[in-house]
This record gives sequence, structure tokens and C-alpha cells, in this order.
Amino acid sequence: MTLYSQHIVPLSEPVMHDSSTPPASTGKPAFIEARNLWQEYGDLVVLERLNIKVNEGEFCTLVGASGCGKSTFLRMLLGQERPSRGELLLGGQALPNEPDPSRGVVFQRYSVFPHLSVLDNVALGLELPKSKLLGRLFGAAKREARERAAEILTKVGLGHALNKYPSALSGGMQQRLAIAQALVMQPRMLLLDEPFGALDPGIRKDMHALLLELWQETRLTVFMVTHDLSEGFSLGTRLLVFDKVRHDPQAPNAYGARITYDIPLNETRRAQVQLPSELAERIATR
Amino acid sequence: MRLINRHPDRSGRLLLILLPFALLLFVYFSASTSRLAENPNDKLLPSASQMVDAIDRLAFTEDKRSGQYLFWQDTASSLQRLGIGLGIAALLGLVLGIAAGSVPLFGAPLSPLLTVLSMIPPLAILPILFIVFGLGELSKVMLIVIGITPCIARDIEQRAREIPGELLIKAQTLGANSWTLILRLVLPQLMPRLLISLRLMLGSAWLFLIAAEAIASTDGLGYRIFLVRRYMAMDVILPYVVWITLLAWLMDLGLRQVLRLCFPWHEGGKA
Repeated sequence: MTLYSQHIVPLSEPVMHDSSTPPASTGKPAFIEARNLWQEYGDLVVLERLNIKVNEGEFCTLVGASGCGKSTFLRMLLGQERPSRGELLLGGQALPNEPDPSRGVVFQRYSVFPHLSVLDNVALGLELPKSKLLGRLFGAAKREARERAAEILTKVGLGHALNKYPSALSGGMQQRLAIAQALVMQPRMLLLDEPFGALDPGIRKDMHALLLELWQETRLTVFMVTHDLSEGFSLGTRLLVFDKVRHDPQAPNAYGARITYDIPLNETRRAQVQLPSELAERIATR
Repeated sequence: MRLINRHPDRSGRLLLILLPFALLLFVYFSASTSRLAENPNDKLLPSASQMVDAIDRLAFTEDKRSGQYLFWQDTASSLQRLGIGLGIAALLGLVLGIAAGSVPLFGAPLSPLLTVLSMIPPLAILPILFIVFGLGELSKVMLIVIGITPCIARDIEQRAREIPGELLIKAQTLGANSWTLILRLVLPQLMPRLLISLRLMLGSAWLFLIAAEAIASTDGLGYRIFLVRRYMAMDVILPYVVWITLLAWLMDLGLRQVLRLCFPWHEGGKA
């Protein structure tokens, strides 16, 4: 490779996340920590040298251009993909590399089971871990699971639709169901992959309110990938911007993205954060 | 208005459904009448009354030799073979298909094998079945099983692969292990597809049944048709063919009703 083709974009300056000066260490390991994380598919480098620490209870929103690796990072957190290089730690331990009940997930589509009623979609999460052989409960245990499921469903606003099949629900309702499904497991973190990307703006606003309410109640650690910047700013306590810092015009796949901005957010929950006035205005008007 | 945008209304639809059948019957009976007018002993296109006589003889009169009602005896034997064959094939196809489609470690050896097996013309190995399983019921049932199991299994495998990966991930985050994931997620989602697959395979199953009965049997609908062929007894053959068609259609209808009643979520389209 010739020298001129290694055109390196200078790192942008403001609130740049720097791996060499991690946030104030408290002695015990961070809840989630990525150390020099790389993800490559053959020649395609998606993520490179990604370093980040996230504390328990943070609401991280992940934004960036298409194909910049934010969904890849989410899939790695979920255990669906293994990093090519580097470490991804949960409380100092390597994350289990297959999905498990400690990590709830909501996808943009196909998050709910079409063959189960709304109630059973949620009760399923209570039945599966308890019954390793049949995957279902009977009698009093089943009634109890259904009661708990109904409770959570009422909380997310689906109390009236317990016996419907998901195909009879609107897109927003289906996402409510998917969230209830994830929450009933009481996971340690909730991973959201553009959960509201396919919804109308009005419905989306309701979903934001619901999500914030649930987050405040459960204090879950949330990672949410979104294409909607304002959504990222208004929901999170921390905005992570994924972008490529190096770019080779001859070989667009040669360099991967990393987290270029790491912005602490949300005045009520992080009072000290100084937001640019324009940004604050935008959030205030929502 | 363009042709593709014109839809028949309710009564018009009924008329259009009946029209081709009425036409067929009309063509047949007018041809039959004209032939019989020329030669009352003509056997090629029997009249309705001749066919009714034949059915009366076979279905409602005891056979002098065996003391049985041949028509019903034939029907029972054929349906039994078909039912057992279809049942075994459905079960085998479902198990093999899910194993190949949902568990990559099983799919690696199974999938190519099923593809190759489904290419074997089942009728070509009918002699082998007769040699191995004898001329009894087993070889006939085996022909149906061998004929349609690979096709059902391949179909189910394909559908199992089409289940969105998101759902499989989600089930794992809900605490499913491999077995319960298949039991509570994959199996129920594929049951409707199995019924559809069976509906599509009904025709083949009947084909294999008739073929096996024609070659080596002592009763059965296919046996009777090929037996009376020697006497050119079209008055028996034609009602038998109509009866077989009716049975096949009823089975198809039954499967469709089961699909509608047991899997109400299937038709509403998926999320």
C-alpha cells in the first residue's frame, strides 16, 4: 500500500473518548468492559480497537452511519457473535458466547412468537427456565406464570389484548409485547436493536415514555441502537457514536469503526452535563 | 376494465365453479348415448344406469365367492394402507426435517442424503420392496413411506431454516435449551406446514398406493380397477376413479379444516 493512500482523518476533538484515560476507577471491574475489541469478517473490518467501560444502570444509545458496526457491537453483547480480537467482559468475566436469560433483547422485527397468544408469549419466558424437559408448566405453576405475565403485560399497556395473537396487534403493540417478554426474565441488561425504527412518530413517542418509565423502575443497563439521533439524545444517559477514524479511499473495508464520541447525557439524571444550547433546545421541545 | 381486475360475484363464482364439471359430464354422456345408440353392447362409455348397476352389484350386494361387499372392502383396505403410509411418512418427515433444518450438526450429514434419496424414483425400487418385505401389506405401505418421506422432510427442513433467526435468539434469551426451543418454538411453527406438505403429497401417495395394489394385491381400489380391466369393465372402472378422486378431495378438505381450526394464527399472516 502506498503512503498517500493511507489518508488518515484527524480525530475530531470535542468530548473524544480516550481509552488511555478510563473513567474514574472504583476498584471493582466495570459492568461491561470492551478491551481492544475487533470484529472482522474476512477482509471486512467492522470494528477496530474499541475500548469502553459501562457502569450498571446506564442507558447507552448507539448511533452512527449504516454499516458502522453499532449493530455488530450489540450482537457481540448479546453473545450472537464472538469478537475476532480483544475482550468483552461482564463484571470482569468474559461474556458467555451464546444468548442467555441474563440479556434481554428486542429486535426491530420478529421479536415475538406468532404461534403463541400475547399472554403465552410472555409466560413462555417463565416456563422455559423451569421446565428443562417439556418447556411448559402445568396446573398451579402455569396459572402463576400466567398471572405474572398478565401483570407485566398490563404494565406495558397490553392488558386488554392478552388472548390475541401477535398478528392481530399493531407494530407498536408488538414491540410493547417484545419488551414485556424481555423484562419478565429480569435480565441484567436490555439490548434494543432499532426497536422503534418501523413505528409511526406518534407511537414512537409513546414507546419512548414507556421505555424510560420501565428503565427508571428497573434500573437496567440498556444498550439501544438507533438511527434516530434525537431519539438517541433524548433517551440515553450516554450517547455512543460509532464512526471510522481512518479511511482508505482505495479499500473502504480496510478500516473499522470505533466509538468516536462518548457523550454523557440527560440533564435530570446527569445534572452536571453541559449540552450545547442548540441540542438542549431540541430536547426541551420534544 | 382490464381482465385481471374483474372479479366474479358470489353467484357468478358458483356458476363458474360448476360450469367446467357440467361441461365434462355433458360431453361424456352425450358421447356415451350416441355410442350406445349405435351398439347397445358397447363397453367403452357406459351409461349412468350401467354404472349404477355396477356399483349396486359391488357395493350393496354380497359377493358370492367371499361373502363380502367388495366396494367397501376395497375402500377400507386402500384407506388403511394410505393412512398408515401417510402417518409414518408425516412423522418421519417431520423428525428428519426438523433435525436437518434446526440443528446444523445433524443437517450437515442429513441434508445431502435427503436430497439424493428424494431423487430415487420410488416405483423403480418397488421390486426391491416386494423382494425385501414380501407381497403383503408392508411393502405397499413402505412404497408410500419411501415415496413421500424425503419430499416432506426436505420441505420441513426448508421451512425450519426460514424461521427468522431473531426468534431463535429471542427464545434463547427466554431460557430455552436446544430441546425446548425445538419443542415449543420450531415444532408448533412447522405443524401447519406439515399439513400443507401432506396436502400437496396426497396425489403422490395415491399414485404409489394404486401402483402397489395393481401389481401385487388381493383387494384394494387399485387392485379392483386393474382386475376388471381384463373384462374392459368401464362401468366399474369409472365409478372407482370418481370414488378415489372424491376420497382424495375429502382428505384434502379435512387437512385444510384441521389447519384452519388448530392453527388460527397461521392464516392471519405473520408479524
